[in-house]
Amino acid sequence: MTTRRQRLLAAGLEVTVPVLLLVIWGLYSSSGSENSYYFPPLTDILSTFADTWLFERVGSDMVPSLVRMGLGFGIAVVVAISAGLLLGLSAQARRAAAPIVEFLRAIPPPALLPFAILVIGVGNSMKVFIIAFVCIWPILLNTIDGVTGVDPTLRETTRVYGVTPRDRLWRVMLPAASPQIFAGMRTSLSLALILMVISEMVASTNGIGYFVLQSQRTFAIPEMWSGILLLGILGYTLNGVFVLIERRVLRWHRGARASALG
Amino acid sequence: MVSVARSVPIRARSLRVPDWLLPWASVAAVLVLFDVLPRIGVLPRDHFPPISETLSTLAEQLGEASFWEAVGNTLQGWALGLGIAAALAIPIGIVIGSSRLLYRAMRGVIEFLRPIPSVALIPLAILIYGTGLQSKVFLAAFASFWQLLVATLYGVQDVDPVATDTARSFGFSRVQRLFRVTLPSAIPYIATGLRIASAVSLILTVTAELVIGSAGLGRSINIARSGGNEELMYALIITTGVLGVLLNGIFVLAERRVLRWHPSQRSGEAGA
Repeated sequence: MTTRRQRLLAAGLEVTVPVLLLVIWGLYSSSGSENSYYFPPLTDILSTFADTWLFERVGSDMVPSLVRMGLGFGIAVVVAISAGLLLGLSAQARRAAAPIVEFLRAIPPPALLPFAILVIGVGNSMKVFIIAFVCIWPILLNTIDGVTGVDPTLRETTRVYGVTPRDRLWRVMLPAASPQIFAGMRTSLSLALILMVISEMVASTNGIGYFVLQSQRTFAIPEMWSGILLLGILGYTLNGVFVLIERRVLRWHRGARASALG
Repeated sequence: MVSVARSVPIRARSLRVPDWLLPWASVAAVLVLFDVLPRIGVLPRDHFPPISETLSTLAEQLGEASFWEAVGNTLQGWALGLGIAAALAIPIGIVIGSSRLLYRAMRGVIEFLRPIPSVALIPLAILIYGTGLQSKVFLAAFASFWQLLVATLYGVQDVDPVATDTARSFGFSRVQRLFRVTLPSAIPYIATGLRIASAVSLILTVTAELVIGSAGLGRSINIARSGGNEELMYALIITTGVLGVLLNGIFVLAERRVLRWHPSQRSGEAGA
């Protein structure tokens, strides 16, 4: 009986604690403490949010941001999975590429922004490039790990049964590596959002990152907070949507693993 | 591996470059490529100076006080950010992770706060902390905190229940259980978390220097670009990469030393 009561209590806490924190924030921010200029009342932030992002600036700032992010992420996915498959299938290529991959991956991504600005300019393609460049590494490394980790029995069985290389790639390697590939894509998705914001803060005339920094520079504090809130919501939603897609695509995988374990 | 090599012996042997040579050969090829292509005009020379010129600029920089000052500033932001994050995230993670109720209560909050891109807080950091070291440290600490917290939570919850129950039935107190059972089994997770958090802390430090303009490598790179000094810009970008590789390497080595007893490291060493 206690376990049931505990479970109810836990579920109750899971709902009430976040609500409680929000209420505390709301009360604290409207109490007029000395920091209240930087921390405007929650209600102000929410009404500014409604004014700004429903839907006045959606077309001018949010859509361009999301397009850049989507393009960069998409390019990274295609490039990284293809390169990862190639490197995963050849141990020699893997050895040869290792030091270069390790080095490029270790450069803190924002350090490449000045390089991208110099070579490509300050336009959209610079942002897409930097997002794609940074998103490649987690997907690439995970694809390589996934391909090299394919069960050798499976690998050799398909070879013995004369499955064509094309079918082996599409029907054996890629599906077997897909759980790892998805893990890499999830890491990259949050990187894409981060790089989108940074690149817009450094050189842009629109976009959410630009809007947030511009609001701070003009001391439009509630606007700045509304942008931060939007980025938080975007981060949370993107992650949630991705998890849903991953679950759908990898449904067979979880089923297979469950039956293998059971 | 051996059996595969044996099944296709002729082709494999004729192509064979010694394994140890491959990484060096590819690095050399890339260096030569980026030295020759700008010289013969395939890559625009004003955007891509030949790599030999970049490397000689880097060598000159190694003798400059301002270069080391920038490296020091960046490392200072990295260390403080990571240190503060570790001091907060590890204890909090242990406390939250050891109580089911507390974990359930905080899960929603953590899951909501974690995906927020920390760079969104840059304007807030400027407002509150200005453009100096504090902003940099705040951003680095905030970003690494979540990495470490989640790693610690996983680690604490992954403790073998049989071990905990055994310790309990042998009359170990709560504190003893924490230090003898929970912590040792959570340490591999925390170590991995620290390594990732270290990379995150470096990234946020450089971001802050670049966007906010706090002193350090990030700002120096930006200044070199706007001053038209491409060789210096590339030299400094390479420096940040070397820094990233070094810091990662230190953590990998430390992990291996501290966790010598752990199966993951033992099998890793045997395999390598």
